[in-house]
Amino acid sequence: MNALVAAAKKEGTLNIIACPPTWANYGSIISTFEKKYGITINDAIPDGTSQQEVDAVKSENGTAKAPDVLDIGMAVALANTSLFAPYEVSTWSDIPAAQKAPNGIWVQDYGGYMAIGYSSKYGTITSLNQLLGPQFKGAVALNGNPTAANAALNAVMMVNLAQGGTAGNIANGVNWFAKLKAAGNFNPVSATGATIKAGTTQIVFNWDYLNLPSYVGVTNWKVFVPSGIALGGYYAQAINKNAPHPAAARLWEEFLYSQAATGGQNLWLQGGARPVEQPAMTSNSSIDTAAAAKLPTISGTPVFLTQAQSTDAANYLAANWAKAVG
Amino acid sequence: MAVAATTKTGARPSRAGRRPSAPAWVGTVPFFAYVAIFLIWPTGIVVVDALKNPNGTWAFSNLSEFGNPLVRGYFIGSLKLCLISSVTGAVFGAILAYAVASGDPDGLIRRLYIAVSGVLAQTGGVTLAFAFLVLIGPVGLLFHASWYFEFPWGIGLIYTYFQIPLMVLVFMPAIDGLKVQWREASENLGASSWQYWRHVGGPLLLPAFLGATLLLFANALSAFATIQAWENQIAYVVPQQISTALSSEVGLSNVNEADLLALGMIIMVAIVMTGYALLLRRAARWLR
Repeated sequence: MNALVAAAKKEGTLNIIACPPTWANYGSIISTFEKKYGITINDAIPDGTSQQEVDAVKSENGTAKAPDVLDIGMAVALANTSLFAPYEVSTWSDIPAAQKAPNGIWVQDYGGYMAIGYSSKYGTITSLNQLLGPQFKGAVALNGNPTAANAALNAVMMVNLAQGGTAGNIANGVNWFAKLKAAGNFNPVSATGATIKAGTTQIVFNWDYLNLPSYVGVTNWKVFVPSGIALGGYYAQAINKNAPHPAAARLWEEFLYSQAATGGQNLWLQGGARPVEQPAMTSNSSIDTAAAAKLPTISGTPVFLTQAQSTDAANYLAANWAKAVG
Repeated sequence: MAVAATTKTGARPSRAGRRPSAPAWVGTVPFFAYVAIFLIWPTGIVVVDALKNPNGTWAFSNLSEFGNPLVRGYFIGSLKLCLISSVTGAVFGAILAYAVASGDPDGLIRRLYIAVSGVLAQTGGVTLAFAFLVLIGPVGLLFHASWYFEFPWGIGLIYTYFQIPLMVLVFMPAIDGLKVQWREASENLGASSWQYWRHVGGPLLLPAFLGATLLLFANALSAFATIQAWENQIAYVVPQQISTALSSEVGLSNVNEADLLALGMIIMVAIVMTGYALLLRRAARWLR
């Protein structure tokens, strides 16, 4: 570890990509790391997508600007393993086996559950079908096109599960959104903090850690998860195998998976995301209990889409989504 | 041409005349290099990659994708939006341009109008879509237009916001080109106002009008940021689907599909340009 710190300090710089400062507490994760190790972090295209991260690895390969580490969705991670270097952090054994590649070529880092955030002016929402009512005219939004954005695909899947569908067949979810559109309640604007503040997207499907008042930027914001529906999604870390700062990249990973009070795992938790080592940290009492208590309550058995289920859903959406809501 | 003219008239030999071969074409190098690097080369990449598989082998069968109803839908969407916004923009812009041009050529109104049009024609993207969303969207400050999210009406309205000023800018010079003597001449010969426009003004302005409409059409075809900010949960037009094909994180990203769609847009522009050239030839026949 000491050798790694020394080598990383010598490199002096770390290139990360697509880490918005307001997303899952990345702002303070970045500044804590910089302060602790005296290494400068360059965050390229903070609002980029996972695919753009991988594209940058390819197009900037061999330059000093190339990203050292990636924080990407699972579909993109699995499709691009040839670009990554395997690495096992020192807390490797505390990461559940299902959430890492056996050789450490990708490791899930943090995630959450699909949830519905809404303005508290609507009172308390207790069921999905309430959203079909007339008081929600033009108010219900996703945060992207479900054929392109993972969060939006999972939003449709969450509705699908709540409507009696299975993870293998997303049709019920698409049908529900067609009803939402017919009721005039579907709002196709991509929900952002700005649209929420302007009051144009009052009800937003997104991961629970992106549906926090602190993230969306309004205080009167509540979260609802249909009872018994726990659709989870985790992002993964991967190291560019041709990283211009290989030691800093590995030190960053050690920091992100550290269970220290100001380590990456607890910092993510403070940002409302669920760190991958949370079960182990709950047992060994290193978890920030105050932050953990603030997470929305999730009931039911957690469901995580497999690669095949996610691909089937994407293909179904490609053929049917525009027809249902266009 | 210049060199030939110099020698033919027997004028004093210029410096260019003494070194005949180089200067004549060297001057065109920057232009052709520019065109090659920024137009021909990228177009070539698009065409080649559109006919390949993701693994790099030739796949001319990709072209059959144009028969896929989903893919056709994106092109029909683009066509609808471009036609609506360019024709509306052209008609209203032309009327406005005429109204402004018939005023005092050095007047304050005209200068103000041109300046404002110059700004508005460049307004677009997130700011414009957001402005309309806040004004007439679901919780509109002005009112709630129930058709705001209906394609192509809501986005068509937003596009006219920059199409009309652009039309004013590009069409104004053509109206200025109408000589007042022509009008006087036709009136002296007993022509009515309708006859003047039908036989003199109209035919004179038609090529410029069609050309400007084409410019507006292309302007709407390539616009992406505005429609993406209007809505981005459904792909209605080709550029939106190109974006999905380039950046999908749920396994639908396919660069070759993006290239194929771009090829379709190139073909679309080529058809419009050809149609325009044929129209222009017909409209301009009397000029020859």
